[in-house]
Amino acid sequence: MWSYILRRLFFGIPTLLGVTIIVFTLLYLAPGDPISAMVPSDAPLEVVQMIRQQMGLDKPLPVQYWRWLTRVAHGDLGNSLATRRPVLNEIRAALGNTFLLAVSAAFIGFTMGVVLGTTAAFFQGRWVDKVASAVAITGVSLPHYWVGIMLIIVFSVTLNWLPAMGMQETSGGSSLWTLLRHMLLPSIALALIPMGVITRMVRASVLEILQQDFVLTLRAKGLWSRTVTRHVMKNAAPPVLTLMGLQFGYLLGGSVLVETVFSWPGSGFLLNLAIFQRDIPMLQGVILVLATFFVILNLMVDILHSLIDPRIRRT
Amino acid sequence: MIQRNALLTVRALRKYFPVRGGILQTVQAQVKAVDGVSFEVQRGEILGIVGESGCGKSTLARLIQHLIEPDAGEIRFSGQPTLATSAAAFKAFCRQVQMVFQDPYSSLNPRMNIEDAVAFNARVHGDSRTTARTKAWEALHKVGLRPEQFGRRYPHELSGGQRQRVNIARALVLNPQLVILDEPVSSLDKSVQAQVLNLLQTLKHDLGLTYLFISHDLLVIEYLSDRVLVMYLGQIMEMGSTDEVATAPLHPYTQALFASAPSMNPDERLDYVPLLGEPPNPMNPPSGCRFRTRCPHAMEQCATTSPPLLPVGSHDRYVACYLYSDQAVRPG
Amino acid sequence: MAEPALIHPPQELLEGPAGTPMSYWKLVWWRLRQDKVTLTAAAVILCIVLSAVLAPYLAPHNPAQGSIRKRLAPIGTPGYILGTDEQGRDMLSRLLYGGRLSLRAGVMPVCIALLAGSTMGILAGFMGRWVNMLIMRIMDIFYAFPSVLLAIAISGALGAGVGNTIIALSIVFTPPITRVAESVTTQVRGWEFMEAARASGAGTWMIIGHHMIANVVAPIFVYASTLVSVSIILASGLSFLGLGASPPNAEWGLMLNTLRQSIYVNTWVPVLPGVMIFLTSMTFNLLSDGLRDAMDVRL
Repeated sequence: MWSYILRRLFFGIPTLLGVTIIVFTLLYLAPGDPISAMVPSDAPLEVVQMIRQQMGLDKPLPVQYWRWLTRVAHGDLGNSLATRRPVLNEIRAALGNTFLLAVSAAFIGFTMGVVLGTTAAFFQGRWVDKVASAVAITGVSLPHYWVGIMLIIVFSVTLNWLPAMGMQETSGGSSLWTLLRHMLLPSIALALIPMGVITRMVRASVLEILQQDFVLTLRAKGLWSRTVTRHVMKNAAPPVLTLMGLQFGYLLGGSVLVETVFSWPGSGFLLNLAIFQRDIPMLQGVILVLATFFVILNLMVDILHSLIDPRIRRT
Repeated sequence: MIQRNALLTVRALRKYFPVRGGILQTVQAQVKAVDGVSFEVQRGEILGIVGESGCGKSTLARLIQHLIEPDAGEIRFSGQPTLATSAAAFKAFCRQVQMVFQDPYSSLNPRMNIEDAVAFNARVHGDSRTTARTKAWEALHKVGLRPEQFGRRYPHELSGGQRQRVNIARALVLNPQLVILDEPVSSLDKSVQAQVLNLLQTLKHDLGLTYLFISHDLLVIEYLSDRVLVMYLGQIMEMGSTDEVATAPLHPYTQALFASAPSMNPDERLDYVPLLGEPPNPMNPPSGCRFRTRCPHAMEQCATTSPPLLPVGSHDRYVACYLYSDQAVRPG
Repeated sequence: MAEPALIHPPQELLEGPAGTPMSYWKLVWWRLRQDKVTLTAAAVILCIVLSAVLAPYLAPHNPAQGSIRKRLAPIGTPGYILGTDEQGRDMLSRLLYGGRLSLRAGVMPVCIALLAGSTMGILAGFMGRWVNMLIMRIMDIFYAFPSVLLAIAISGALGAGVGNTIIALSIVFTPPITRVAESVTTQVRGWEFMEAARASGAGTWMIIGHHMIANVVAPIFVYASTLVSVSIILASGLSFLGLGASPPNAEWGLMLNTLRQSIYVNTWVPVLPGVMIFLTSMTFNLLSDGLRDAMDVRL
């Protein structure tokens, strides 16, 4: 088993390297000269040349990549072209906010998902099942950014119960209560897709276990109710847990749309901003950090899965 | 010992499968699936190969059909070597030697109807659609499936016995000389087994076929084969005519096998356990004679070297056991 | 994931009327016909697609033409049944025309990814060893990005425009399809009839063509169909962020963006484009679910 873990880690390195290569090349595919974003258009040619040389943009691509990579490995993601502040600091703050949102969305989505999925499986075929499945498929089909707008329309504009934007009141108050009020709507919007996905997976997984002979054996022995339920859930858990791990990764990386709708100052919002300001260092930084998180998360999920599921026995 | 009529000759055939493990997936052990097997199949006979699961029979079948390549040894068909051949030679070889597979469910393409499945073999060798279809219909007739009724059906619409007949028809389309049957009836109900076995006998008689019949079921082997070959952990333990081996088995393993075969006679009961323990791991077989760990007659020399397969007695009878070393007929 | 309660027709019906044999595809069609929900979904999709295709004939007004005087008219205004947007353009016309871009941006990437992914996956599955490792490792690198992030990154790099959205989403969807294709191919390769085909003396391409493709196509296609609904949401989402279609084009995601500010004035008009995205995505989801159930016959 340890060899599996080591092997997985070992093969994670070229993947991570590949990720850095993609992030790097992606932004050099981008049309438009990065220099023009930084320097006024009437600057003399020598100044432009000098800046170009200073930033090392006149060297061949692999060299630039290597220099960038070594800098990144030391934690230096450069400075934002827009705010002139270090990229890493901006990301750190923003990532914390996204994390907050992701965790609460995960909480809502996963809990709902498990509850709905299990209920649907145990009452398979009856109306409870159909309702739960309908909810699941709706969750997966709804564009979450649109739901965000709808929630704003209903709860902010019409009912004026909850705030529509940001993390704090404009007046500056930042208590826990304020935070929760601001967090509720975006979390719900973000939670929809994971809820739908988890519901369907839980339902399928639990159903598969319920159909297996050993469950019938237990029931034939008269051991229905809690003991059997516990056995069933334990066996149904591994694929669901793996999926939850992956979904959390998507929540972290894919929160852009919801954050944009609610002006939530997270990494997604930062990403959006960076694209429109053509803030290359920021863009590279955000994508790299998010992708790295995702790779590490996947790795942990894989390893955890092999630990939980005794069927995966690697020599 | 090499007789003129030998259709298939196998000499010192060996196949090991590497087992990978560890961080870098290096080869850690070898599964010695087939380890030095030599025998002959005479034209027109049925040679049965019998043994427990894991003794290497299926690997042997695939080696002879050239679905996998051996690590060492020689296979000759009609006197001609068949190894290290080109794609064209392989194709020609397949016209001579065909195989019937074990599982009637997965050995037919679920998306192909019966006549197409059977005709495919003919189309591979250049026949046009119509010619292939005619040949397929002939083959289906021979196995007792009416092509008008069954031709356009799909495997999931047939019973196990019917699917196995289709398998046989598919093997016969190319008019092979040798048919390898890898546990053809093991997945079928007993009543259906009898039907298929009788069909096989009829076909052999009518078409002049030679069979290499592999099974773990002793009764089936006894019923069908002329000669029998007993395998254990990749090696041959005993070989001879079925009557002789069945009535008077020489090798302790063969004795245990035949003793444990179920009998229709309720008075025939055993008062001893024929075979002790489980077959050892083929990755790590016992030194010397592979059977010695379960053999009631194991001697000291059994642990040192593996006993060779030597002829015993006057007929065509071979045993690999030190118990009979004094009875062995030495050449010359 | 297999739904355990399969609608499996009784033995007589497996033979069809008067004993006609039922191929796998006929069986699938038979099962589909029984599934009312899926049929309804298919009908709705047909309506949506037709309305998009026939938009020039169905739209009452020019989708690009608006007048400031008429902006943000509510739903039910005579002449503008679904109201007008913030520039006074008729919502109904824009929704109809919007379908063309949204559907194209949603469906095309999946088709492209299906072709690319299947080819690579089948190759990887059939060839095994080095080819397999190479292809799958490269796919793993793309898998290391959450799909939204990758879509945005590629879109952001290439620039705005529906064409670039299609390229970006094709790249996003190719790795999962490759994975499924490789997995299915490896599975089928292990079935005994593949060995039997080899034992007939057939060459590689003949075996792939006659035996493998038919068995492999169905699961890959079913999986790809589940990606369409995601693709539609993502494509509209990219336009919502300004990375896809650009004004004054009509596209559902873009419309959501431009109408967003207007929710304080006319609350319900901004809802409409989202309804279209939801409806399209939902029906595709139902259709792909139904397809999966119908094709999941245990033969």
